[in-house]
Amino acid sequence: MKKTIVIMALGLAVLGAFLPAAASRKMIQVKGSDTMVNLAQILAEEYMGKTPGAAIAVLGGGSGTGITGLINQTCDIANSSREWKPKEIDQAWEKGVSPRFFVVAVDGLSVVVNDKNPIEQLTMAQVGALYRGDVKNWKAVGGFDRAVSLYGRQSNSGTYVFMQEFVLGNKNYSAEMKEMNGNAQIIEGILQDEGAVGYVGVGYLHDQNGKIRRGLKVVKISKEPNGEAFLPTDKAAVDSGAYPISRPLYMATNGKPKSDVAQFLAWIVGPEGQAVIEREGFFAVGEGKYKAANDKNFK
Amino acid sequence: MRKKKLSDLKEAGIRAFFFTCGVLAVLVLVGIFLTLVTTSVPAFREIKLSEFLLSEAWDPTSPEKAEYGILSMVMSTLMVTGGALLLAVPIGVAVAAYLSDVAHWRVREILKPIVEILAGIPSVVVGFLGIVLVGPVLAKIFHTGNGLNAVNGSVLLAIMALPTIISISEDSLNAVPKAYNEASLALGASRWQTLLRVKLPAGLSGIIAATMLGLGRAIGETMTVLMATGNARAFPHGFLDSVRTMTSNVAIELGEVPYYTTHYYALFAIGLVLFVITFAVNLVADVVLRRYQEREQ
Repeated sequence: MKKTIVIMALGLAVLGAFLPAAASRKMIQVKGSDTMVNLAQILAEEYMGKTPGAAIAVLGGGSGTGITGLINQTCDIANSSREWKPKEIDQAWEKGVSPRFFVVAVDGLSVVVNDKNPIEQLTMAQVGALYRGDVKNWKAVGGFDRAVSLYGRQSNSGTYVFMQEFVLGNKNYSAEMKEMNGNAQIIEGILQDEGAVGYVGVGYLHDQNGKIRRGLKVVKISKEPNGEAFLPTDKAAVDSGAYPISRPLYMATNGKPKSDVAQFLAWIVGPEGQAVIEREGFFAVGEGKYKAANDKNFK
Repeated sequence: MRKKKLSDLKEAGIRAFFFTCGVLAVLVLVGIFLTLVTTSVPAFREIKLSEFLLSEAWDPTSPEKAEYGILSMVMSTLMVTGGALLLAVPIGVAVAAYLSDVAHWRVREILKPIVEILAGIPSVVVGFLGIVLVGPVLAKIFHTGNGLNAVNGSVLLAIMALPTIISISEDSLNAVPKAYNEASLALGASRWQTLLRVKLPAGLSGIIAATMLGLGRAIGETMTVLMATGNARAFPHGFLDSVRTMTSNVAIELGEVPYYTTHYYALFAIGLVLFVITFAVNLVADVVLRRYQEREQ
């Protein structure tokens, strides 16, 4: 009896020692931004298809989750749709993690409404006013006579933070905003709600055929009240910065990326990975400052 | 002689084993309670208790001013669970009465397993139904634009609490002594009168227990309400407002909160409040049950 227990305990201990080691040696763990989770999954699948022996696991959960994951060393790559906060970088250093950031794609954050809503364009200031709760009826911004129904993300989302800093001018969101579990749920809500407005990454606007999803309308955004308004699907406008709500999407590693992780990242920012990114509705990194920063971080 | 000693020893050993198992449950409970208390207390170094319990504003990550008031969430939780019970108890008791008294045995043999399968549906699936099915239907009925509100949460939680309420109520109705039934019928009461005035009152303790268990299920349920109620932070002014329950709030924020900050401790304080509420519910149920049973005897 005693013997069996000892043997079982030994067996378990041996298993426990080997399993995680075997898994972590091969499997690259990617975690974070919900905006990037589909993209990262597709990138991983394409890369695994081309590279025998590569194994990559992708998880969502929001930018904050990924960042915490990298700090606690439970993942190899943290996806985030916003810059890391100084507090998070400090936390990382305290735990001996030195994050390096790679811009893998550019996202035009799109403001969407139900297609029954006659509104075509909004200024940055108007979007901010809607989400702060200062404007309660669509009439006030040139729309129809209907109450505004706000859809947004939850506070663990990089998109939530990015909107708050960039569009709301660091003010509180309206308490009336419905806080949804992800981009897909925001779209689901807007399709059913005529007074709705929401914000999602451009990668979520299209159906399987590459058309804007039925029932959804993407609003043109202008920087200044009388300035020209652009769509987030307009690549030239996003590249030049004329479309005002765009942001880089980051993948962060602990220190200089090594072997498998470095190869995966190099493939993503290379021509093949960037082609996948454009196919999925995001924008390529281009040849500008992001590429220079990436190149530096590989060294 | 020696043999007797051995068997005594064996019995003592077994006794000790069962005692440890019994104590373990108590230890786990006390452990959870102590963890909750010790992790909640630091929150009140920065938050006033009165603000925590009575303020409607909750926004710990606000760039303007961090707010830690849980009143809106407590209200939301009470509304969603209250609504769920309002729907589930009458339906559940009616189904139980039908199954125990009215239904043909063949119908019962089919219906009972179906009700039990209902209990096995994962809460994410129920939540998804709330988004794509219940929500749009509610929006049409009430002309509200969207169906992500307290009613939606109540309907879904009612569905989830139904199997518990039905099966325990049915058991308690079946446990009513046959003599009661026969005596009532012999006195000339109809089957309906017997059910309503004899069997239901006699099985009341079980029905109350079923309700309390259903309440426990509903109050702690997280995923379903998180998906279906919209999670707006504003204080709800009616059942058609979007609500954010205490459980959803903890689920949304605990995953990304920086450890050992006021926000982190405050989330545990919400957990403590939930614990106290469920404890109070159980206590009240116990007292009611006991008083009722005393009257019976």
